[in-house]
Amino acid sequence: MNQYQLIKLAKRVGLYALIAVVLVYAVFPFYYAVITSLKPSGELFRVDFWLSSLDFGNYAQIFTQKSFVRAILNSIVVSLSVVAIALLLGITASYALGRVRFRGRTTVMLTILGVSMFPQVAVLSGLFEVIRALNLYNNPGGLILSYTIFTLPFTVWVLTTFMRQLPMELEEAAIMDGATPWVTITKVFLPLMWPAMATTGLLAFIAAWNEFLFALTFTLTDDQRTVPVAIALISGGSQHELPWGPIMAASVTVTVPLVVLVMIFQRRIVSGLTAGAVKG
Amino acid sequence: MASVTLEKINKVFGSTHIIKDVDLQIGDGEFVVFVGPSGCGKSTLLRLIAGLESITDGELSIAGGVVNDLPPRERGVGMVFQSYALYPHMTVYENMAFGLKLAKTAKDTIEQRVMATARILQLEELLHRKPKELSGGQRQRVAMGRAMAREPRILLFDEPLSNLDASLRVQMRNEIARLHHRLGSTMVYVTHDQVEAMTLADKIVVLRDGRIEQVGSPQTLYQQPATRFVAGFIGSPTMNFMPAQLVRGDANGCRVTAPGLGELTLPQDAGGLPHGSGLTLGVRPEHLRLAEADGENSFEIVNVEYLGNEVYVYLEPKAGETLLIHRSEASDRWQTGQRVALIPDLAHVHLFDDADHALEIAAARRVA
Repeated sequence: MNQYQLIKLAKRVGLYALIAVVLVYAVFPFYYAVITSLKPSGELFRVDFWLSSLDFGNYAQIFTQKSFVRAILNSIVVSLSVVAIALLLGITASYALGRVRFRGRTTVMLTILGVSMFPQVAVLSGLFEVIRALNLYNNPGGLILSYTIFTLPFTVWVLTTFMRQLPMELEEAAIMDGATPWVTITKVFLPLMWPAMATTGLLAFIAAWNEFLFALTFTLTDDQRTVPVAIALISGGSQHELPWGPIMAASVTVTVPLVVLVMIFQRRIVSGLTAGAVKG
Repeated sequence: MASVTLEKINKVFGSTHIIKDVDLQIGDGEFVVFVGPSGCGKSTLLRLIAGLESITDGELSIAGGVVNDLPPRERGVGMVFQSYALYPHMTVYENMAFGLKLAKTAKDTIEQRVMATARILQLEELLHRKPKELSGGQRQRVAMGRAMAREPRILLFDEPLSNLDASLRVQMRNEIARLHHRLGSTMVYVTHDQVEAMTLADKIVVLRDGRIEQVGSPQTLYQQPATRFVAGFIGSPTMNFMPAQLVRGDANGCRVTAPGLGELTLPQDAGGLPHGSGLTLGVRPEHLRLAEADGENSFEIVNVEYLGNEVYVYLEPKAGETLLIHRSEASDRWQTGQRVALIPDLAHVHLFDDADHALEIAAARRVA
């Protein structure tokens, strides 16, 4: 084996070693959560890197809790509503911002971008007042409203850049065919914008699904909570015991749908994001 | 089918005046081509007729009714776009049926119309394909089909052939011409290609800087260009221009002198012009004859292009930069570097005054 081949081999090995490090770094916490969730409570604090026995006790425990099941349902309702509202408003807004010429269009775009830069904590108290005033406290409606506020800027930006790339003549052809703006959006643009819609929709879904701060602040009772809060509030037998097993089981339960969703849409996420970013 | 009348049409975008006082009459069933260099406003004019742009000032009537404020769908116009702009997610059938569906046409009427259009354009085999599975020429036909399916009174074409390669362009040009014969509908066609204009049009409208330069049949434009711009724009290779001076002129004709060519007697009426005024002589490449160099009349051949059926001989001009061109049937008599005399065919020489307007043939000559 000559030197050239040796160097090539070393580079190969180095590359895979690096990939291994990154993989372990990224996946290990989740892997450990899965393992922990499948252990009986007695073995919780023994460090194991492999699964020695399968025990679904923790899963059984969380799914027999009515509040947890309720929290999952709340999360689904809230997240899906946020996605639906954000996409509906996003697509109509992006038509206006991307296609209609009007004075102050850039200002509006920059304002939208500016809004998304505020940290959640900064608007928390103000938003709390708004939600109280709208009578949405301790109601999923309040969460849908606040999540939409934070999701919409990103949705509008990505969809606008995407909308701008669609050829002008396509819209004019639709106009010549007698289409109103609404028909143009729904019959001509929407079918072409699925990649962008899938991307932004999925990201909106993930954001809403994982959100904790608002969910904690704007809800009061168990039956209105979403999953992240419900997990945080799982308590053990005494105040000195943290029930890691059920917490891990719950975490895994709520993460798996996201992983599946991302895997289904991953191709579209990539194409959608680059389409919006690079060519825009 | 309908006539179109444009009366003092103006279009202003912000501070730029694109279309200036355009008056035009398009007859029922006529094939009218707007031609001009890029930026002359020909596409804008078409879009004004289509209703995609609003008219700043003036009156546009279709079939006698003023349509200034009507949206495109109520004007009864169909348009074929340069990029075809087919709906990528719809099949050929759906593309053609889209407008009819939006107009809430009955389902069997839609099918009937689409099938009839498809038959005319030979698209029957392709009805279930998506645009991305079609070739350029097929897409072009679908774009025409989509515009035709709603049976518009006027068909508008915005540089429809510029995305096709040369051979396909000739083929599609023929198809469009035959389509016009068969349908007999009014068509307005925009192009920057003067060959397309010449071959397709009943009437050519030459535009320049938002104004109409000349309107006329291809023959009129070729044989009697009203201005130097039209003379240079129509015809390929382009007309040769040489500076000339008026020696004397009356109602029967005139004598001019041009550097190199000597004194020429021409049939143009230069009665209104003072002696010695500067003129421009225009001669088409095929109206020049080459002979052995003769004293002053001596031009150097800088290049010879052999095209098979004809030969272009390029000559060094006495004034200006643009090479003079001589065109003739194949002949290998002339070689680069040779000096030759130019003899224009006096019956086909054009004269333009200092404002670039053509001088008319003298009245006495015309009668005779």
